[in-house]
Parts: sequence; C-alpha cells; structure tokens
Amino acid sequence: MNELLRLSALELGRKIQTGEVSAAEAARASLDKINGSELGAYITVSEDWAMTQAAAVQAKISEGALQSPLAGVPAAIKDNICTLDVKTTCASKILGDFHPPYNATAVDRMAQAGAVVLGKTNMDEFAMGSTSETSYYGPTRNPWNRGHVPGGSSGGSAAAVANGEAFYALGSDTGGSVRNPASFCGVTGMKPTYGTVSRYGLIAYASSLDQIGVLARTAEDCAGVLDTITGHDVRDSTSLNIPADGLLAGLTGDVRGLKIGLPAECFGDGLEKEVGDHVLAAAAVLKSLGAETETFSLPLTAYAVPAYYLIACAEASSNLSRFDGVKYGFRAEGCTDMADLHKKTRSQGFGREVQKRIMLGTFALSTGYYDAYYKKAQQARAAISGAYHAAFEKYDLIVCPVFPDTAPALGEALTDPLKTYLSDIYTVSVNLAGLPGISVPCGFDEKGLPIGTQIIGKALDDGRVLNAAHAYQQATDYHKAMPTEGGAQA
Amino acid sequence: MKITEEMVDYISELSRLELGSEDRARMAGELESVINYVELLNALDTAGIEPMSHVLQVKNVLRPDEVQPSLDRELLLKEAPERDAESFVVPKTVE
Amino acid sequence: MNWETVIGLEVHVELSTKSKIFCSCITAFGGDPNTHCCPVCTGMPGTLPVLNHQVVTYAMKAGIALNCDITRYTKFDRKNYFYPDLPKAYQVSQLYLPICVNGSVPIETAAGHKDIRIHEIHMEEDAGKLIHDAWADATKTDYNRCGVPLIEIVSEPDFRSAEEVLAYLEKLKSTLEYLDVSDCKMQEGSMRADINLSVREAGTSEMGTRTEMKNMNSFKAIGRAIEYEAKRQIEVIAEGGRVIQETRRWDENKDASFAMRSKENAQDYRYFPEPDLPPVEIDDLWFNQVKASLPEMAEQKRARYVADYALPEYDAGMITGQKALADFFEETVAGGSAPKEVANWIMGDLLRILKDKGIEARDMAMTPARLGRIIALIDEGKLNRNKGREVFEALFDSDADIDAYVKEHDLIQISDEGAIATSIAEILAENQKTVDEYKSGKTKVFGFLVGQTMKALKGKADPSVINAILKELLDS
Repeated sequence: MNELLRLSALELGRKIQTGEVSAAEAARASLDKINGSELGAYITVSEDWAMTQAAAVQAKISEGALQSPLAGVPAAIKDNICTLDVKTTCASKILGDFHPPYNATAVDRMAQAGAVVLGKTNMDEFAMGSTSETSYYGPTRNPWNRGHVPGGSSGGSAAAVANGEAFYALGSDTGGSVRNPASFCGVTGMKPTYGTVSRYGLIAYASSLDQIGVLARTAEDCAGVLDTITGHDVRDSTSLNIPADGLLAGLTGDVRGLKIGLPAECFGDGLEKEVGDHVLAAAAVLKSLGAETETFSLPLTAYAVPAYYLIACAEASSNLSRFDGVKYGFRAEGCTDMADLHKKTRSQGFGREVQKRIMLGTFALSTGYYDAYYKKAQQARAAISGAYHAAFEKYDLIVCPVFPDTAPALGEALTDPLKTYLSDIYTVSVNLAGLPGISVPCGFDEKGLPIGTQIIGKALDDGRVLNAAHAYQQATDYHKAMPTEGGAQA
Repeated sequence: MKITEEMVDYISELSRLELGSEDRARMAGELESVINYVELLNALDTAGIEPMSHVLQVKNVLRPDEVQPSLDRELLLKEAPERDAESFVVPKTVE
Repeated sequence: MNWETVIGLEVHVELSTKSKIFCSCITAFGGDPNTHCCPVCTGMPGTLPVLNHQVVTYAMKAGIALNCDITRYTKFDRKNYFYPDLPKAYQVSQLYLPICVNGSVPIETAAGHKDIRIHEIHMEEDAGKLIHDAWADATKTDYNRCGVPLIEIVSEPDFRSAEEVLAYLEKLKSTLEYLDVSDCKMQEGSMRADINLSVREAGTSEMGTRTEMKNMNSFKAIGRAIEYEAKRQIEVIAEGGRVIQETRRWDENKDASFAMRSKENAQDYRYFPEPDLPPVEIDDLWFNQVKASLPEMAEQKRARYVADYALPEYDAGMITGQKALADFFEETVAGGSAPKEVANWIMGDLLRILKDKGIEARDMAMTPARLGRIIALIDEGKLNRNKGREVFEALFDSDADIDAYVKEHDLIQISDEGAIATSIAEILAENQKTVDEYKSGKTKVFGFLVGQTMKALKGKADPSVINAILKELLDS
C-alpha cells in the first residue's frame, strides 16, 4: 500500500501545505487504489474531474491563497448528495442518469475549502438499510473481510475511507447510517446535531431525521471536515444559526471530570458479548483519562425502533413521491396514461426494500391509521427526546454500542428483515432526538471484524463529543489500523 | 393488525406502485410483520404528549420578497425523460 | 316540494407578491413555459422550501380585513397526491393550524343584509399547468405557476342562492383589491372559486350529498353553474335517484357541468406536518404592525363620504365598491372638484362607459386630472354640460389635451346674451305657430323652442341663458 494512504486527512493536508506532497500526487494515489480495488465502494469515479480539481487547488495553494487544513485532500461523497453535473443516483434505478444542475451546500463548502472530490460512493438504495446490499449497483464489500457487508447505508463511504480509497467521505445518517458502517469498517463516523449541516442537496429520505455526516480515520479529521460544512444555510429552513467552525480548534483531548453515563438498557439482551466487552473497555479508557463513568437507566429505549420506522417511512413515502418519470431519471416504456406511467416507473425503478418502506409509510399516514401509528410515533419521539434531555441533566456524555454485533456476512441480513430493523436499537434514538453521535473504532472481534463504540452528546454539544473521541484516540491505536489487500489487519 | 391483500392494493394505489400477484401476498405478510412489531408503541402511555414534528425549537424562518433569476430552462429540461422545446411531455391526461 | 340550495365556497386567491412562496422565482403571470422555475419549485431531488415573509403578511391582512381571528402559532402540512401539475406529488398547504379562522363577510342582496361566515383561510402553493396538445396526443406540463402563493378562503355552507354567492365574490374581490394583496383577475386565474353545492327540502336541516364544481372563469359562469347544478340535482332526486358525491367540471361552451375522472374523488391526502418548514409564531408586534398597515377600507370610506360630502348611501356604496373608483373619486376631489359633482359623473357617464367598453375601472385610461379639467371648464362657463359629456366620452381612452380638443372642435360654450338673443329671435320668427301655442297656454312647447335654439347654436349655448332670454321674450 502506498504509505501516503495511511495518513489521516489533516496529516495529508499539512504535507500539502508545506509542499511535501502535491494535490495531484494525493489524488493519483487515491485513484490508483480505487482502480485496483474489488470492494465496489464507488458508483461513479470521476478521474478526469478529480485531477482537474487537484491542479486547480494546487495552483491556489502554491500562491498561498488557499490555506485551509483540508485543501487538496481527496474525498468521496455519498451518492445521495447532489454534485453539480456529476451523476447522482441514490443507488437507485429510478434516478437513471440524473446529473443535478446544482451542488449540495455541503459540497459547495467543501469545494471552497479546496477538497478534491474523487467520486460518488455506494449506499443502500435511498439510504434505506444498514448493509449497503440494497443498492441497484450491487453491494459493497467490507475491506476487512470481502465476504461481509460494510454496513449501511453509507457503506461505500466507510469502505472507501477504511481501504485508503479516500481520505474522508461525506455520508448521511437517518437512523445510524454513518455510525453503523463506521463501526463495521473500523473508521470514525460522526453524525452532527440535527440542523448544524445544511440538508440542501441531500436527497431526502426522512426530513426530520436526516443529517449529513462525516467518515474519516480520526475524530480530529471529522472535526476538520465539519468545520468546513457546518453552519447556517439560507436554503435550508431547518438549519441552525450557529458558529460555522471552531470544532477542530476546540479539541483539547482533556476529558477530566466529564460525567459519562452507560445506559443499562443498551448492555442487556441481544448484544454480542465481544461487542459489549469492547465498548465497556472503551468506557474504561475514558475513565482512566479522568472521566467518571456510571451505569444508569435510560427509559423508553424499547420504543425507539418502532417510532423511528413509522416516522422515517412516513416521511420517506412523501419524499419519494416526486420520482414519477416526468421530470428526471428513469421512465418506464409503453405507458398508456399518467397513472400507468407512475406505477410502472416506480415499480420498475424502486427496489423492493424501498417499495416496502413507502408502503409502510403510506399506511401509517392514511385515514384511519394516522392517529394510531404516525401520531403515536411522534408522541413517542417527544417522550424519547425527553428521556435523553433528563439523562443529560446528569451526564455530559453517553457511551453505548453502535450495533449488537459486528458486520454480518453478505446476504445474511436479508434473510430476517425484522431482526435487521431491530438491530438499529442503539442508533435510531439519537436521530429521533436530533443529538450528535460518533462511532470510534475500539477493537476487533475474534473473526477480525472491527467493533465501534458510540459516544452521544446533548444537542449542540458536538465539540464535547468529538473531544472525547479525540481523547480516546490519543490513548488507543485501533483507528490507525488499515486492512491488507487480503482483508486482514495491516 | 391483519394486513389483507385488499389493503395492500389500496396502499399501492395511493403510492402508485403495482405489485405482481405473488408479491402482493408476500408484501402483505411482511407489512403485517412490521406493523405488528411497531404496535409495541401501544404500551407507551402518550396521553397529553404533544407530537414532535420538529426536533429543533426553530421558528419564523422567513425570507424577504425578492426575485432572483430562475434556472435556465434548458438546464431544467435536459434531465427530463421526455420533453419538447419548452415543456415536459407526459402521456395524455384526461381531466 | 320546496327546495333549498345550500352552497359553500372555496376561493383560491393568488397573492401578488413579487416572488413565489417557497423560492425566489418571479410570480408574474404568463411567460414562456418553464422559464419562471428553479430546482425548488420543480421538485428536484434534495431541494427545500424557504417561506416568503410577505406571504404571511398578506395572508394576515386578508384575515384581519375579513374579520378573522389570526392563528398566532401557525404551521404547514403536506397534502399528498399524484397529478402531473404537481412536481413534488405533494402540495405544501395548511390543515391543522391555518393562519386565519372564524371570519365573516357582510353582503347585501335584494333580500337584505347577511353575514357569510368564513371557516378558515390558509396559505398554500399553487400547482403548474397542463397543456393539452391535440396534434401529438400528448400532454405537456408548464411549472411556471408552481409555487405561486395562494390563500384559500373557505366559507361555511351559508349561501342559499347564486345572488348571494356573487355578492360575496364581489365583496371578496373588492376587499382584497383594497388591501392590494391580489389583483383578483378571474380571467387570469388569480381568483378561482370551487363551488360545493347540495340541495334539500326547504325547512330541513340535514345536508344533502354535495358535488364540487370547478373551472368557472367568470362571475357570470359561476351564476350559470349554480343554477344548472341545483336544477340537475333536484331532477336526479325527483326522479328517485341519488346525487353522487363527485367533482364536476363546468363547460362554458356547453353551458353544463360534467363529472371529472376521479382524480379528486375519495382521495386520501395523508396530511402530515411539513418537516422542512418550522412553525410561524406571530407575536403582538408583528400582528399590530400588520393591523396598523391596513388601508382605509370600503366601509370606512363609505361612512366618510356620507358624513363629509353628504353623498347618498347608494352612491357612496357604488363608488367605494371598487378601490379604483374610490381612489379616482378622492383624487378628483383633491384636485378641487366638488364631491357631489364628481360622484354624479362617476355614477352616470363613467360607469356607463366602462360597462359599454367592458373594462374595469382599474384598467381605464381616464384620469382624475382629466375629469377635473372638464368639470372646471363647465364651472367656468366654457363648456356646457352636454358638450362636457361629449368630450368626456370622446377622450375617454385618449391622453389628448382637453383644452386643445375643445378649441379645435369649436365646443366652447356660447354665453353671449346678444348672440343668443339673436338666435332666439330667429327661431321665434320661424316658429310662429308654436309661439301662438305657447301663448295660448300650451307651455310644454317651451322645451321644443329651447331645443331648436340649442340646435341652431350647435349645442354649445349655455342652456340657462337660453331659458332666461326665451322666457323673457315669450312672456313679454
């Protein structure tokens, strides 16, 4: 492996600023790695464009006009985030050959900071899934074991970062879709507080739950990327008026005196012992660094998954109605009238999981069922948020697992869809409450598959979450591991 | 609750999906399975709780009444599966 | 059997903001298809709405002027359905917390005064247009109109006749024009009415099955549609059938309504709160600012005209019925003309000419300054009233200089007593028989002699001088 690819994004950024490495060199190294990879992390690789961007960025850097910490660093973007004139598919047939005439705000901001975009990464279709197996373009493989999934829905982004095919990547997280693949692929994945990163240009799955997140090799890198893309956007009415940077500068590595809560409900039945042990060990590391850890009861955790699925599917059923074969994307042939056009296009264009969730969501919103299902779920959501709020009166951070197990084998999750939904137990409530949450690598299981630990903070306390993760990474090495070509630890 | 194939048909109609006859039965089963699971929420007493449709306490996000240039029509139409010089074309719609 | 018609109205009004409700595209009517669009209003993936401040203000103004309570915490909801003119396949509207509730609109008909209750007013976005291409046997969509802001004014089913409906619509139009929140042009679609109509036996309280009618492009069509549909429903029931709840489309050419295909029938819109738009909270400051910004409305003007100018109620009512007329009246009076005089001109010639030309006061070329000049010329004795009226009509659409016109056409009034006396003498000489008739007691013929004199003087003479001299000569 090209040693360059072992660097973190910020490390590479520094070398580019000093001139030790050029943007073109870095881009070339990433592209070579992608071209030689069998993981299927990317749907679209834009070689020419990447090299063009690298040259342009380098020119600015060389004249001292571009000094941001990530200038010239090659990155990947999940394929549900719109990129101007670059094919954007949501890993679905129904978007066809859609080339958006606009950038997502996050992409614009990355460009301003000198990012070099390598391409668009694979994902579960319309971000609906936790294994990236529902992609129309085929599955992505876990870099640590090709026979296993990389997690989802941002599986392509996680696999790319883990395998040196990008120095960082944007993903999206609606119920765990950044944190889950981060934990399966041994990288760091941060979902920021809802409203801190603009959703303009993120193709919506569930509007009140979606956030763009970051996958990278370190929490420090995540902070640096978030500094680039965070901040109010006039085009997104749900974006917050908050300072747009300061996360990286705010990392002290000091966790002394922090009160950390471990929810008992997250360490009970259903959790694989190895995973639980590693997460508790991670908490112990934080304790050894000066934090206080304590087990407590976080009520209502059992209601998070049903509430999540009802709300997410309801919003999705509406958000996905615009895909009708009229304005963009795929259109079915031989349609006799509008209703026929809609039905054939959508039935042929959407994969089965997407159709199922649309139907579930339509059901939950329909007359006679709205109160008992959708409204009930929104009430449960309020209660769950309240439970977190109460917890954060006592604790500064919450530590818990990301997923009950490590990465399943390809095809395994599809055999028991309900069990797969239930496995989102540790991640969905964070989205329901709009809180920040990060997954950091904390070891490997017996099979050599990565395990992640989740750190959750109260709303707008992203800095504290990142700092705890950073402190943990200064005391451990798990985040530095990279897979070999064959899949084992390098 | 029981999800019948008739209900699947109704939901399909509302969401403009069409399932083959085998798939209808299968979908009914899968939906029923998930719906039975989410009914777990009934055990939660939510009396008097305001449904949470926005997780943030944001309000009054407004913009001034100013015109900005529209998107060039060609950029809009170039993504269309079927179009003519000026518009999107769809199968004949009888009102 | 005595039948009663029960009608409720849903009136959609396009607000005259410069930009659309959720994006900054222009709202102007017309324009080449798909040239007033952007990724937001065409529902491209990943786009999000941002609410136009002015839309909320205009909706509040309308609500206050229509005697509604303003909902201080108001939200948007999604109404989900598929139709090619709706790019997102949902319309952002308001169901649960509409911005205005419980208003009323006072109307006057032949039967007297009545207050029509408003159930609610809500904000929503307009859809695009379908263009049917007979040649290609295809339909095309034009999204220019997508996202144009609308308020929907929903009445209670308080109407009992077409007359009441039309009085209400006139009142709404007048009120919204006064507020300057919409141009209310039915022919351009900036005001549309959907009619919910059912019939029942007079004296009963249970509602019959109602139908909904759409696509009436004028007040006249609305009147026709109501009469047609009431008659149709009565016939159906009288023949032992049942009225089907359905949406019907009015066909102007056939003077009849037809059931539409079931786009609207028994639709489940699956309303839920719009997650992309935070709620709007209207505090006292905002509310009071909007309330204070309301202009003097028709009722206040009418009372003022009656009190200050001693105008008859009827005249004051007619003039204040349209803002353009009221403005015209006030400006002409401000220019120095006597109020009663101006009112007479408006009530007489001006309204008649508008009716003949088929145009509205707000679109006319005649200006307060020009009418003022004509009135001044009459006051100064330079024009007699009839000639003044001729000039007014002749120059109604033009901007030609009035004084120049009067001179050019030799219209200046003849008041010279000598000249008039000479003319009278000639007329009397030519009409000895009539003079004898007058002197023998047939005083009616006086008018004939006045008329002949005026004719001889080419209509330009001061009639009061003719009268005075003629009387003097005849009675002597």
